[in-house]
Amino acid sequence: MGLQAYLTLAAVVFCLGLFGTVTRRNTIGILLGIELMLNAVNINLVAFSRFHGGDAGMVFTLFAICITVAEVALGLAIVILLFRLRRTASADHVDWLKG
Amino acid sequence: MTRNAVPLVLTALLLPAAAAFVIGVVPPLRRSGRVAAWFSIACMAGAFVSAILGWAALDGATPVHVVWPWLPSANGPFATVGIFADAQSTTMLLLVTLVALLVQIYSTTYLHDEPSPALGRYYALQSLFAFSMMGVVLAPNLLQLFICWELVGVCSCLLIGYWYTKPEAARAALKAFWMTKLGDVGLLIGIVLLHRATGTFDLLELRAMAAAGGIPIDGLALITFCLYMGAAGKSAQFPLHVWLPDAMEGPTPVSALIHAATMVTAGVYLLARTDWLFALTPGVLAIVAWNGAFTALLAAILACVQTDIKRVLAYSTVSQLGYMMAAIGAGVAGAGFLHLLTHGVFKALLFLGAGAVIHAVHSNEITDMGGLAKKMPQTAIVFLVGTLSLAGVPLFAGFASKEEVLGAVWHGGFTVPFAMLLFAAFLTAFYMFRVVFLAFFGTKGHEGGEGHEGAHAHDAPLLMTGPLWVLALLAVTIGIYFTVNEPWHEFEAPHWLTYVAVTVALSGILLAYLTYQRRAISADALAAAFAPIRTAARRNFWLDDVFLGIYRGVLLTFARLVGWIDRYLVDGVLNVVSAWTLDAGDRLRRIQTGKVQDYVWAVGLGLLALMAWIGVAW
Repeated sequence: MGLQAYLTLAAVVFCLGLFGTVTRRNTIGILLGIELMLNAVNINLVAFSRFHGGDAGMVFTLFAICITVAEVALGLAIVILLFRLRRTASADHVDWLKG
Repeated sequence: MTRNAVPLVLTALLLPAAAAFVIGVVPPLRRSGRVAAWFSIACMAGAFVSAILGWAALDGATPVHVVWPWLPSANGPFATVGIFADAQSTTMLLLVTLVALLVQIYSTTYLHDEPSPALGRYYALQSLFAFSMMGVVLAPNLLQLFICWELVGVCSCLLIGYWYTKPEAARAALKAFWMTKLGDVGLLIGIVLLHRATGTFDLLELRAMAAAGGIPIDGLALITFCLYMGAAGKSAQFPLHVWLPDAMEGPTPVSALIHAATMVTAGVYLLARTDWLFALTPGVLAIVAWNGAFTALLAAILACVQTDIKRVLAYSTVSQLGYMMAAIGAGVAGAGFLHLLTHGVFKALLFLGAGAVIHAVHSNEITDMGGLAKKMPQTAIVFLVGTLSLAGVPLFAGFASKEEVLGAVWHGGFTVPFAMLLFAAFLTAFYMFRVVFLAFFGTKGHEGGEGHEGAHAHDAPLLMTGPLWVLALLAVTIGIYFTVNEPWHEFEAPHWLTYVAVTVALSGILLAYLTYQRRAISADALAAAFAPIRTAARRNFWLDDVFLGIYRGVLLTFARLVGWIDRYLVDGVLNVVSAWTLDAGDRLRRIQTGKVQDYVWAVGLGLLALMAWIGVAW
């Protein structure tokens, strides 16, 4: 299989993640969408690394995965706090970003 | 010899400046009042001694002209500062330092009831004034002269408003400031125009150019007229004289120094200093002469109806300034300058004498006085000396100089102004002796005034009478000197002039004697005979009303128009723009929902748009 197949897979995963992020009402669902988008990027990095030679992409991906773990931990903590304050985990009821 | 005149003159100039600075910036000294006073007097005494020594060192020698570059420019300094000491300026310096010193000494007693901080302020201003006035006198160029000229104006304003809690005083101070400012604008324009025409501010260079015929005559009349405007404002010439009588709201020593002896003569001095320039524009000189004579006559008439002793003296100052201007206008600046000097001495004497009377009687009104000669003999004698000097009686200071002025005007061919001045001389003798007879002789206006403070009037302490005696002796000495040795004539005076002048003066005195002492002529009948002119004079010939009308009619209307434009046009545009901005902001605010997912939508769409754009660009 060529590079193009991997890139297509990454693009599909990214779009799925974006769609989930935008449409899910549950904040945990949104977090899952974000995870998908990040993994799409990881697929891209690994694929380019594999086909162009050089290990930088692989190492970079390892770092990205670590950071993603930390991000998920933070995101879940926010969701829990949100639930405690609002008794809901739905994103529709949260508009605190409004100026 | 001339070399060592420079440090002396500089010392005289800078000592009062140092005093003003030190009193100004050291608050404990200023608040101490009396200490500040004596510090200022010590500096002034030093300045006076330096001025005498400087004058003596310079006597007969070539003028000293020392300048330092101030504002740099490509080819030589654009402006310089320094001193220009010649016989004329050092003589003026003597007058300024002497009168300033005497006035400062006199003020310690005259203002002894004042609170200490106010006294400190007074002396700081007095010192600053002395410095500024000497700056005008010694200025080597017109720019420095203008700066010092404005400084004396500020000092004058602040000292008139010394009792600034009194509404009349505050108003008079502002009036003096603005009326002189009206002239000063002309002076500034004149100086700038002159610089444009000749490329220099320096008096010596200008004089050399004038002598060599290097000053372009085109437009010169405008320049000299502008300079005259400044001089007319400062020296209270018609129609800008209205501030001087009101300036009498200030303390009497201030009136003596600033509004009689020195500052008001700055205009005359300026014209005397630049007479070679005015000589090139005979038309303007004629205006100066005619207006001077008219001012002299008008002020003399006004002085006859005043009942406030200080206002009489103020109008007589205006009148005498008119004499000086008339002499300069007739082309004989020397005569005007001589009258300036003698007038400075005897008018300061008169004012300080009036101050002693006011100090004793606690009233400015002549009607509250009467018979004071018995109670305060010393004051009466010196006041009489001053009055005889002002009236132009032989053996007293004003005699020779007034005759010089009259001779100069006659010599210049100004017959009508000469007649006006002669009549003004008659009135001068009359109104001054009216004051003398009403205040010092005869009986008190209202007999019922028992317990009035005037009953306990007595001569002032030595610190007040001392300066009076000095000035009185000086007035007599100058008078005798010039009566014995005829002053050096720049012109041929008609031989009958002396007799006419003396006759006119004596007849004025006689009329006052008959009216107010012997009561042979009823004062009321005299008033009735001149009823229309008396009414007009009481209203100051409606000049104040005219100025008020101009102020209200022209200035305020213009101000309202400008205010309307500012409020509705300038502000209107700004208000519309700001309203639009607010409205747009309000509309834009609504697209912010605060929901995370909406923002993600926007980011996604933005990403798509970016990609599409990149795709198209390829």
